[in-house]
Amino acid sequence: MAYESSVPGIPQGLARATKNARRQRSYSLYKGYGVFLIPGILATLIIVILPFLANIAISFTNWRGIGLPVWAGLANYQKILHDMYFWASFRNNLYMILAMVVIPTLIGLLLAAFLFDYIANKFGKITSSFFRAGFYLPQILPVAIAGVVWRWILQPQWGVLNWLLTTIGLESLTRNWLGTAATALPSVMGVMIWFQIGYPLVIFMAALQRVEPELYEAAAVDGATWLQRFFYITIHQIRPEIFVVVLMTLIHSLKVFAQIFVLTRGGPGSATLVPSYFAYQNFFEKAQVGYGATISTIMTAIIIVLIFIFITMQSRRED
Amino acid sequence: MMNSQHLTNTTVKYLSLLLLLVLLAIVLLPFGVVVINSFKTPTEYVNNGPMSLPQNLNWDILFTTWQRLDFTHKLWNSFIIATSVAILGLGLSLFNSYALGIGKMRGRVILLIIFLMANTLPQEALAYPLYYLAKFVGLYNTQLAVILVFAVIQSAFGTYLLSSMYSQFPREILEAALMDGSNKLQLLFCIIVPVSTPTISVLFVFFFIWTWNEFFLPMVLLPSTAKQTVPLAIAVLQGQHNMDATASAASALLGILPCILFFILFQRTLTKGITAGSVK
Repeated sequence: MAYESSVPGIPQGLARATKNARRQRSYSLYKGYGVFLIPGILATLIIVILPFLANIAISFTNWRGIGLPVWAGLANYQKILHDMYFWASFRNNLYMILAMVVIPTLIGLLLAAFLFDYIANKFGKITSSFFRAGFYLPQILPVAIAGVVWRWILQPQWGVLNWLLTTIGLESLTRNWLGTAATALPSVMGVMIWFQIGYPLVIFMAALQRVEPELYEAAAVDGATWLQRFFYITIHQIRPEIFVVVLMTLIHSLKVFAQIFVLTRGGPGSATLVPSYFAYQNFFEKAQVGYGATISTIMTAIIIVLIFIFITMQSRRED
Repeated sequence: MMNSQHLTNTTVKYLSLLLLLVLLAIVLLPFGVVVINSFKTPTEYVNNGPMSLPQNLNWDILFTTWQRLDFTHKLWNSFIIATSVAILGLGLSLFNSYALGIGKMRGRVILLIIFLMANTLPQEALAYPLYYLAKFVGLYNTQLAVILVFAVIQSAFGTYLLSSMYSQFPREILEAALMDGSNKLQLLFCIIVPVSTPTISVLFVFFFIWTWNEFFLPMVLLPSTAKQTVPLAIAVLQGQHNMDATASAASALLGILPCILFFILFQRTLTKGITAGSVK
């Protein structure tokens, strides 16, 4: 709008002509982009939207992957409410949330604040960056490879962990870590914590850089302890990043598959079964395609609710 | 008084450093044991255990595991898939975000939400229909199927990131270019792409690495060993029972090495990108 103010000294007619020309140009600046969306929309339709809708439709059938699907109404959904395997997978998923969201975020916060506020001051930035890179290293692995590494370490006969325990005289503590119902889930959780810590750490350390150092100095002058500064300044200032980290890791934790596939295949029994692996089993091992679709539809519903919360909160923040 | 205060401060300072070093050692231990045991003979592993350094650098195990995995071939598979996804996904992201961010199309908010959803949906909710579709159109067990699927899924993220950036693109530059007679394609490739190269290169690296690391859908779509990617091939090999300790370590190391290489190559881009994606 700003350029529409008439320029003194230019004859009226010319001014109008320029104005018209400008309007035409800005017209073309805002129009004619639809064609660029065609490949993206078509591809998303074929590869995401239609398969997604098909999956929902399949969840109302008892299709077995061959022949014609037969409508089953809500039968799958009724069945799932009484399926102890589904509830076991759901419960295990809560443990995954603990291991992938809650614990890494808390450790990440403490570690980030400690590295940024203490180590960087006392030993210099290079030292703190070194630690950050070190703790981040597991994150660069494909999850499946992380699983392979840990399956090797936790191997019952010749694995590193049992060897270490035996060597330091704690032979009674050696276990078949992944093969025993009591230790399988905690072991998988340990692997997840190891894998996840780097992500919140890196995000939080970057976030801390935008916190005004004056805040800390003022607090220090007022005699605030390190813990007080941590709670009242650090956490308060980087709330947006904490929020994003929690949401992202939450979504990841609901989709966790490769680690379970490599480490335990959901076993022993249903000790480490998670919804994504349960859906996979029904799709490709038991040919219960309709039931698999039901599980994945429920997973999707939970994730969509989470994204919805994310979008509303983010747009509220931007206002 | 002053002196003892100083002393405790120094003690605290070095104790905290020590604590951090211990923590870091625990986190890095898995990498360390994988590396040292990849160079041991099986007998050496049995006799000396996993924590000793190898007596000499024995490359045999690594070499045999490489051959057993047909690793050169697997690296090539992963490379082709990840590169194609990065290029194709970037192309789609550019076109989408050009229309949504610069063109400010009507309904752009709805479209952006759809793209964001498309990127976040669990792959389990697409897997069976995609598997069926791939079989139907004859793309099952082809790398093209994996490439197309991930190009679309990842372009959804690229669209989200780039269009929020393009919506703030300085209008004056665009108007000037149009006044000079550029058409829409020239505007995109001669003005917008060069200006946003940093973000585009971050996206390229991300798409490449994300695709490299994928597991579930490649497993569903690529059943034959010859077509498999690096993580898939290693996970499958690990599942076989006749693997001994050193061969397992060697295969894990082969899975780790490319990622370390990417990390070193793209470290700057990555650290920029990890934070760029989270909070604008």
